[in-house]
Amino acid sequence: MKVFVKNFMRYRFLLMELIKKGIKLKYRRSYLGILWTLLEPLLTTIVLTVIFGSLLNRGDSASYPVYILSGRLLYSFFSSGTNGAMKSIRTNSSMIKKVYVPKYMYPLSSVIYNYVIFLISLIVLAVVSVFLGVFPTWRILLAVIPLVILLVLTVGVGMLLSTMAVFFRDLEYLWSVALMLIMYSSAIFYYVEDITEKHPDKAILFDLNPLYCCIAVFRDAVFGQPVHWGLCAYAAGFGIVSLIAGVILFYKKQDKFILYI
Amino acid sequence: MAKPVLEVEHVSMQFNLSKEKVDNLKEYIIKSLKGQISYNEFWALKDVSFSLNKGDRLGILGMNGAGKSTLLKVIAGVLKATEGKVTARGKIVPLLELGAGFDKQYTGAENIYLYGSVLGYSRSFIDEKYDEIVEFSELGDFINVPIKNYSSGMKARLGFAIATVVEPEILILDEVLAVGDAKFRKKSEAKLQKMFDKGVTVLFVSHSLKQVKRICNKAMILEHGTLKDIGDIGPISEEYRQMLEA
Repeated sequence: MKVFVKNFMRYRFLLMELIKKGIKLKYRRSYLGILWTLLEPLLTTIVLTVIFGSLLNRGDSASYPVYILSGRLLYSFFSSGTNGAMKSIRTNSSMIKKVYVPKYMYPLSSVIYNYVIFLISLIVLAVVSVFLGVFPTWRILLAVIPLVILLVLTVGVGMLLSTMAVFFRDLEYLWSVALMLIMYSSAIFYYVEDITEKHPDKAILFDLNPLYCCIAVFRDAVFGQPVHWGLCAYAAGFGIVSLIAGVILFYKKQDKFILYI
Repeated sequence: MAKPVLEVEHVSMQFNLSKEKVDNLKEYIIKSLKGQISYNEFWALKDVSFSLNKGDRLGILGMNGAGKSTLLKVIAGVLKATEGKVTARGKIVPLLELGAGFDKQYTGAENIYLYGSVLGYSRSFIDEKYDEIVEFSELGDFINVPIKNYSSGMKARLGFAIATVVEPEILILDEVLAVGDAKFRKKSEAKLQKMFDKGVTVLFVSHSLKQVKRICNKAMILEHGTLKDIGDIGPISEEYRQMLEA
């Protein structure tokens, strides 16, 4: 453990450089640059609101865009964070083959730089909420909890995926399918109540999805409603277990990475 | 007596050469169900032990596939030895394939920070040495151009300048002395010579016996992963020449 901390301190500049690199390169050569962090979720939310608002007859509700945006932002962080982590070992293979660095820096930095971009994009949510008259209550402070859980969950899943993707390239394709499943079961553009009203037995499908649990708790905080502590506890538990599993798997297999990349 | 700078104790490195490369899930599942996953064990290094003191410059000789590069990678920490232990006291700087760790989209200046942090330098240290690196690499205004537009010589110059800005205790060289044009080569050799004079420990791999003789004071011969002989440069290079002629 002491060795680990010492090593981490020595390479903390590398972690910072890698995070900076991710953010800088993401928008390099685009005219609006980092503004896309704000613009992109705004535009997709408009599209989703127009399409699903009329389809589900929810268009009249002023809070619907806020509902979509809060779900979409969390999902897109989870998706880009896990994807980035999964590919990180392979994209940095030339570095890994030449110089010794703690290898967990690569998946960790890709999750963190996506998290920083995600946190910046929350500005859109704040602006849209106030604009549409969804004013924060004291409960908005509780939003920190699902955001931390989401980070832990994404690091954990990212570590698991990054290890497995070294040995099996197919994972990149499988995971994009899995992400689609996760997206549709995360209630991003529909209301869970609409479904559970007719089919109460289907509620379990949502409750088992840790990402949905994060999104639900986050929305409770945004809309100032009492928090679903059950879902929160489940997501936290899931996050911690996946983090531990991810770290253990990564450490067991990391010396073999170089033989496969 | 001072402790050795580098100790390599009974290092062995085993590779599993799978008969076919299985890197997708479908094949893996089918083959493991059929019990068809078989490996050829291959020992790239077998029980290699030696130690180097401060100022030793060791030339590593051997035919192709004798395990020279594997040994360097194990010492640099890139590969983890299957058995045995490597203890290094001090900073190791590998000068292998200069510029391989650069990011193509980044400019030269940004890459100085990136590659510097990969080598474990701190930010303030790079700030301090930044001008020195730019000056040594002779890149001038090109430092703000993305690396993808660099020539290979420019990349190598920058890589060399970044890697040698520290004073490492252990330097790993892999036939990199041929960097850039004749002028830059002279300059880089002078820089290396200065490091040698200060007593840096060097591990040098080369096929050119002449080069090894010029740089090193010690040498070792690897043969099929085993350490055949180690000692002063004179007798060992003689032995190696006889091996080549035989």
